[in-house]
Amino acid sequence: MFAPQFDYYRASSVAEAAALLEQHPDSKVLAGGHSLIPVLKLRLAAPSALIDIGRIDGIRGIREEAGRIVIGALTTHAEIAASATLQSGATALSEAAGMIGDPAVRNRGTIGGNVAHADPASDLPAVLRCLGAEFSIAGSSGTRTVDAADFFEGLMTTAVEEHEILTSISLPSGSGGQGSAYAKFSHPASRYAVIGAAASVAVADGVCSAASVALGGLVPAPVRAEAVEDALVGKALSAGAIADAARCVGDSLDDDEVLGDVYASAEYRSAVAHVWVGRALTAAAARCG
Amino acid sequence: MSASTFGSGIRRREDPRLITGSASYTDDITLPGTLHAALLRSPYAHARINGIDTSQAASAQGVVAVYIGADTEGEIAPSPCAWLLPDSGLTIADYHCVARDTVRYVGDIVAVVVAETRHEAYDALDLIEVDYDPLDAVVEPKKAAADGAPQLHAEIAGNQAFHWTVTGGGDIDEAFSQADVVVKETIIQQRLIPNAMEPRATLASYTAATGELTVWNTTQNPHILRFLSSLVIGVPEDRLRVIAPEVGGGFGSKIAAYPADFITMFCSKKLGAPVKWVESRSENYQATTHGRDHVQEIELAATADGKIKGLRATVWAGMGAYLSTAAPGIPTILHGLMLSGVYDIPAIHEDVYGLYTNTTPVEAYRGAGRPEATFMVERLVDLLAAKLGLDPAEVRRRNFIPKFDDGHDVVTGLTYDSGNYDGALSKLLAEADYQQLRAEQAEARKNGRYIGLGLSTYVEICGLGPSQVAGAIGFQGGLWESAIVRFHPSGKVHVMIGASPHGQGEETTFAQIIAGELGVSPDDVKVIHGDTDNTPMGWGTYGSRTTAVGGAALALAARKIRDKAKVIAAHLLEAAVEDMDYDDGKFFVKGSPDSSKTIQDIALMANVAWNMPEGVEAGLEATTFYDPPNFVFPYGAHLAVVEVDAESGNVELKRYVAVDDCGPQINPVIVEGQVHGGIVQGIGQALWEEGVYDDDGQLLTGTMLDYALPRADRLPDIEVHSTVTPSPHHPLGVKGIGEAGTIASTAAVYNAVIDALAPLGVEAVNMPLTPERVWRSIQAAQGRN
Repeated sequence: MFAPQFDYYRASSVAEAAALLEQHPDSKVLAGGHSLIPVLKLRLAAPSALIDIGRIDGIRGIREEAGRIVIGALTTHAEIAASATLQSGATALSEAAGMIGDPAVRNRGTIGGNVAHADPASDLPAVLRCLGAEFSIAGSSGTRTVDAADFFEGLMTTAVEEHEILTSISLPSGSGGQGSAYAKFSHPASRYAVIGAAASVAVADGVCSAASVALGGLVPAPVRAEAVEDALVGKALSAGAIADAARCVGDSLDDDEVLGDVYASAEYRSAVAHVWVGRALTAAAARCG
Repeated sequence: MSASTFGSGIRRREDPRLITGSASYTDDITLPGTLHAALLRSPYAHARINGIDTSQAASAQGVVAVYIGADTEGEIAPSPCAWLLPDSGLTIADYHCVARDTVRYVGDIVAVVVAETRHEAYDALDLIEVDYDPLDAVVEPKKAAADGAPQLHAEIAGNQAFHWTVTGGGDIDEAFSQADVVVKETIIQQRLIPNAMEPRATLASYTAATGELTVWNTTQNPHILRFLSSLVIGVPEDRLRVIAPEVGGGFGSKIAAYPADFITMFCSKKLGAPVKWVESRSENYQATTHGRDHVQEIELAATADGKIKGLRATVWAGMGAYLSTAAPGIPTILHGLMLSGVYDIPAIHEDVYGLYTNTTPVEAYRGAGRPEATFMVERLVDLLAAKLGLDPAEVRRRNFIPKFDDGHDVVTGLTYDSGNYDGALSKLLAEADYQQLRAEQAEARKNGRYIGLGLSTYVEICGLGPSQVAGAIGFQGGLWESAIVRFHPSGKVHVMIGASPHGQGEETTFAQIIAGELGVSPDDVKVIHGDTDNTPMGWGTYGSRTTAVGGAALALAARKIRDKAKVIAAHLLEAAVEDMDYDDGKFFVKGSPDSSKTIQDIALMANVAWNMPEGVEAGLEATTFYDPPNFVFPYGAHLAVVEVDAESGNVELKRYVAVDDCGPQINPVIVEGQVHGGIVQGIGQALWEEGVYDDDGQLLTGTMLDYALPRADRLPDIEVHSTVTPSPHHPLGVKGIGEAGTIASTAAVYNAVIDALAPLGVEAVNMPLTPERVWRSIQAAQGRN
């Protein structure tokens, strides 16, 4: 339970952090530390240096900009859960952030660290995939933007390259007639998602005009449940229609990819995923004002 | 404050220091020049050690010494097993503190590094190279008993540590052959990992000039640790001082004397410097003792009207790779003798096979044998009810031992002290409104909702003693307790006890006992424990025995004080002793309460001794060594209400109602706290907790990310009620309460889940009742239908 030795650098700007990353091969970025520190203490990783970005100004906080909500990478889960902007504009995200770990974890852990770590059992990747997030990534040669479908590449891998830093995440601001929700089957020990389902629906003229559903927890990287979405669009969001659509979730799960562990097997997760999809859709539908 | 303090729920005096962080635990203590030990543990469950290269580690920065098994030969004796179960063919494998040529579980110690800092010690562990030759492992007790199983110890055939039996009452085979109905089940009492909040730790300081060794350790029983350490390390008992400072919980996992403790003592002795070892949480999972791990095949014979005629069981108990200090007594004496439960059962037979497996040694864990027994009995009674179409409460009533005040013999050979089992159940059913709950259940079922009610009516054996019995059952120690009560001139009191509370609250309740007996304020009483140099000998805090045995010693010591004070008061009031009366801290001549001497007056006089009665010694102090005439037998009735989501298999615990009887309560708030904690740990076994090894003996649930401890947000408010049936043989009538909740609650929750699933045809699910297991059981039952 003692980390191996490492050098420590505190960056005061994104540019400095990017330069430090280039200078120190085999280094790791430290933000809230809630993914990295346990890994170090269990000696599952032994980076030569930690580049602490935790005190960089300008990549923290939530603001609205040109019809999108921009969330700085250093924004904590607690801030996201408490944000009125997100509660109304991206309900599923604040809801999911409020379900992460416990208060101590939510007060320290950051959205940037969370998604850059890309733990398959994490809550936020599925929500960000569902809500159509875009990710701003900075490196020594500038900043680029990647959308959620391309950002999460697989098990604990993202589009962030070795010498780059995730600086912010933006979401389309939700509008009237639209609602989103996150439903979670949480592991009784870790509180990570065994199954996480994020849903966003829009209703026009009494029927579902658009739907986005994404799953996490049971897959290496979040997936969209397009079969569920297709089954809903054009229908009134009745309990029966939601349940029927939710049962299509299996079409979006590749049996070879579904994760299992000693607590919940892949077969079980696949079989019951529809329950959480249904719950997320039901809550999202209820929020369509 | 006065005698009325006995029985009042005053605040725990322990809490201010605990919740403000000012308590001092073993790891908080550092002596000048303290060195730090780190242990290299085996990553294999079973392997031969071909060689160990410590040269790099030995020359690493800050490293003072590196020792392997060969270095400890002749210096550290094998870690002892101290419960020599008689008539069981007990075979004890040598438990070398540092492995010699073979490792037998993941966590077995292979080498120790001592360095100037803890980080240097841990870093150096990575530099030790061990050449292992992996061997096949066996982790399940029943598999360990099978032909062809990997063998752990060359000298022990079939991995069998012991075969113990209990037979009592009438002919068991006849009971089954003549039964109208027989119900059977196979139960897996899964392995549990205790998870005390404070991991284990040892600080050892040896002074070569005096030959004295002082040891600070996270123990539940410092006097036993001193005794065993003197045998293992070779420091005479008079030069060995063991101190249990603040100890952050144990649940049984801090009873054992551990190899790591002896190694730390050895290192200090060898290096002539203080050496500290503090377990990491990962080590705690790997190498601090586990609990339970039974496979139980059980059956019950009964008449058509639900009267029990016989109980028969075979148990395979996994003991781990070696026998821990008290391990053999747990699945036997503390288990098999309790198989009559609260029922009149005319014939009982049980075989218990203790098996060595390539796993962490198993020890007492809250309840220790009794939860496993209660679960068996309470499952069988529910199965009988289901088979006969009777309400589970009714079947229990038809078989309860009738109310008794002063002794009832059961066929396993025990004499229960007092009980009113029907009284506890009746109170439970009334408090819970059981009939209404059954009506709601029926209504819910019509709507496709699966609500279940689970009962557990239990009796447990605690207050471990008397010592004569300890000897007869092979326990290598006594089971009495001791107390010294010492009045200082100002009337303030020191109480020194041999037991060693570590979270149970006896610093408060023992002050209340003194208040009740002698009329002083509990605030004037300090309870001192945990240091072998300034407390009388005692056998420790486990098995709900501290108040049940140590509290009796204290009450009797206080009464000796009162007797002496009365003699001094008579002298001062110029009256005859037989004319004296006592009430609430005051001594007076009968009929003249206005002219009195207080206990504080007497304490001052006894200490200055200016005017003492002839032949009476100065001082106001008394010592009692109390060896109880029998165990005590707390009991109760619990009800769990659950709802199962059939779609996902998730179990929601909606309500929990408990009625417990531990006799008169010294402090009902502390009793309620013990009941809450106990119940929650039992619920943990039913719903969440399981120590899982894979077939290679790797622990898959070795962190708090994997091993699911109970959390407050998954629990309902626990409704606690009580009845009061004094023990006829305890001076205060009190029984133990530390383990009662755990003993009752696992079966209550399990029975509730099975009750909920009954309409779906589910009859059994292995614990813990995870959503997947419940869901699979529903799928399987529906496949059958």
